[in-house]
Amino acid sequence: MKTLAQHTKDVPASRAFRPAVVFLPWVACVAVAFAVQLVAPALFDDYWVNVLRRVGVFVIAAVSLNIVNGITGQFSMGHAGFMAIGSYIGASTTYTGSLLLHGSVGDDSFAVQGTMLMLGGLVAGACAAAGAGYLVGLPSLRLRGDYLAIVTLGFGEIIRVLLELTSKQVDTADGARANPFAAFFSFNGPTGFFGTPAYASNFWIWLFVAITCVVAYRLKRSSSGRAFLSIREDEIAARAMGIDLTKYKVRAFVLAAAFGGVAGALFSHTGVNPSPTDAGFQRSFDIIIMVVLGGLGSISGSVLAAILLVLLPEMLRGLQEYRLVLYAVLLIVMMLVRPQGLFGVKEVWDLWGAKRKARGGTP
Amino acid sequence: MMQTATAPLPVPRSPLPAPLLAVTDLAVSYGAIRALHGISLTVNRGEIVTLIGGNGAGKTTTLRAISGLVKPAAGAIVYDGKSIAKQPPHEIVKLGLSHCPEGRGVFPQMSVAENLELGAYLRSDDAAIATDREKALDLFPRLRERLQQMAGTLSGGEQQMLAIARALLARPKLLLLDEPSLGLAPQIVQTIFRIIRDINEQGTTILLVEQNAHMALKVAHRAYVLEVGRIVMQGDAKELASSDEVRKAYLGAH
Ligand SMILES: Nc1ncnc2c1ncn2[C@@H]1O[C@H](COP(=O)(O)OP(=O)(O)OP(=O)(O)O)[C@@H](O)[C@H]1O
Ligand SMILES: [Mg+2]
Repeated sequence: MKTLAQHTKDVPASRAFRPAVVFLPWVACVAVAFAVQLVAPALFDDYWVNVLRRVGVFVIAAVSLNIVNGITGQFSMGHAGFMAIGSYIGASTTYTGSLLLHGSVGDDSFAVQGTMLMLGGLVAGACAAAGAGYLVGLPSLRLRGDYLAIVTLGFGEIIRVLLELTSKQVDTADGARANPFAAFFSFNGPTGFFGTPAYASNFWIWLFVAITCVVAYRLKRSSSGRAFLSIREDEIAARAMGIDLTKYKVRAFVLAAAFGGVAGALFSHTGVNPSPTDAGFQRSFDIIIMVVLGGLGSISGSVLAAILLVLLPEMLRGLQEYRLVLYAVLLIVMMLVRPQGLFGVKEVWDLWGAKRKARGGTP
Repeated sequence: MMQTATAPLPVPRSPLPAPLLAVTDLAVSYGAIRALHGISLTVNRGEIVTLIGGNGAGKTTTLRAISGLVKPAAGAIVYDGKSIAKQPPHEIVKLGLSHCPEGRGVFPQMSVAENLELGAYLRSDDAAIATDREKALDLFPRLRERLQQMAGTLSGGEQQMLAIARALLARPKLLLLDEPSLGLAPQIVQTIFRIIRDINEQGTTILLVEQNAHMALKVAHRAYVLEVGRIVMQGDAKELASSDEVRKAYLGAH
């Protein structure tokens, strides 16, 4: 006999307001963040707790890139550019903000306010990256395939060069007060922006990991998400259905850029100094590999692939230099064994369900 | 009988009601290549009109221009009293003009149900969508059995059925069909054409592009023959089917 669930499965999802469905995921996000923050130090030493922060940043980066490259099928190669924008804007918000408000950077007595500054920096970084996404997206999304890839690649390189041209970092309160605007945009050229306090604890990072995943997953299942997926599947048919290509492509691009900006802004608060090379091709490529490996369109696939690709070089010492060789081998193996990536467009739990179905024999 | 001055004047009746679609001197170019050299055609409410012609004649291009997928270089397209030649496709779909593209264009990695949902993308009247969906599934019972199957794994015939059903979910007044018989076995072609007639009898006007002139002329009321971007013949479908030129060129008679 058919269960009720099977009967209702074919019916279009109801648009009724269900509080549990609306609020529970956000509660879960906070719970995940607390869990990682509290459990990690009990299980790992400081080094690995720190690695966990890096893992989180790349999970956000990969999941956000998946919105464009995976779900919408537009091959962007400039994600590191958006991350770098978020990185610098975020770092400078905290750094210059601390100088202006407190006179110095990284004092314990200013930690709470500093963390607030960081959160402001996250928002500012996300907005700046989203704005850049809009500017790049609007003209370049009229391009197809290879051309879009080349233009976005060029975008990352332009950001890198622009960052190299910035003037010396202002590191005194007086200097910052003399010209706050100039101080804010003094990103210290090729050397990289130093001295940003590491306020991004595992709590904050994993909070945003969880938020990014919930947003991306909901997006994929939403009506916009359907439009994104249809563009990826067949542009002409999508247009014939009445989907406004430019609007949805730009929407996907801007969203991905915004979350990429968040990833960057968090990264610059983990004790690493953002430098212009962060905007370049290598970093973009790192993230593309994660998305392709996890499966274009699979949110959970991106999460797992990002975790794997950050941890693997950490575990196998000395592999860091051979990263690109590792990628090449991974890609070749993948193309031979599983060309659609680990999970294709599906999620981990979909495969679980399919297996159960196959075994149980229900149609 | 004489009319008094105050009585309303009778509205003058035009001999024919205004056509649902009127295309006038439509020209389309792809870069330097001119695919359509100024064609004119009309589709009246309730009709099935077919556009036949060989490979590269410009049939697909005509449909694409009507649904806004390519921009016309010149000419007018008036649909339901509105000029749509410069409108983007998403505005045109909203007016109830639905295009079922050549080669089906189903979304392969989405289920049949999700494909149908995308057909109703611009609509928000959930209850009416559900009714239309049931109607479409009644026309194509094979789709009902496969709602959760990935569209890419359907057979060619089933994909064509899905493409038509999906186009119907936009609740079109005018349905553009581009070679629904392409690559299908004769039996399935029969089924598809029977359903095309059913759809028309339920009140949808249809502009049908076909290479299978035999079937198309059987099902259509009127027909146009397109050759390298120009309309060379037009008229009643039955009459065209029995004319020597059409029989020779498109029906394989000698
Ligand atoms: N995107 C395009 N770019 C350049 N030329 C095109 C394009 N699409 C069509 N053409 C050209 O326009 C002409 C008409 O093509 P169209 O696809 O409309 O023909 P058709 O009648 O639908 O043919 P078929 O029956 O083979 O589908 C052809 O010469 C074709 O090469
Ligand atoms: Mg064609």
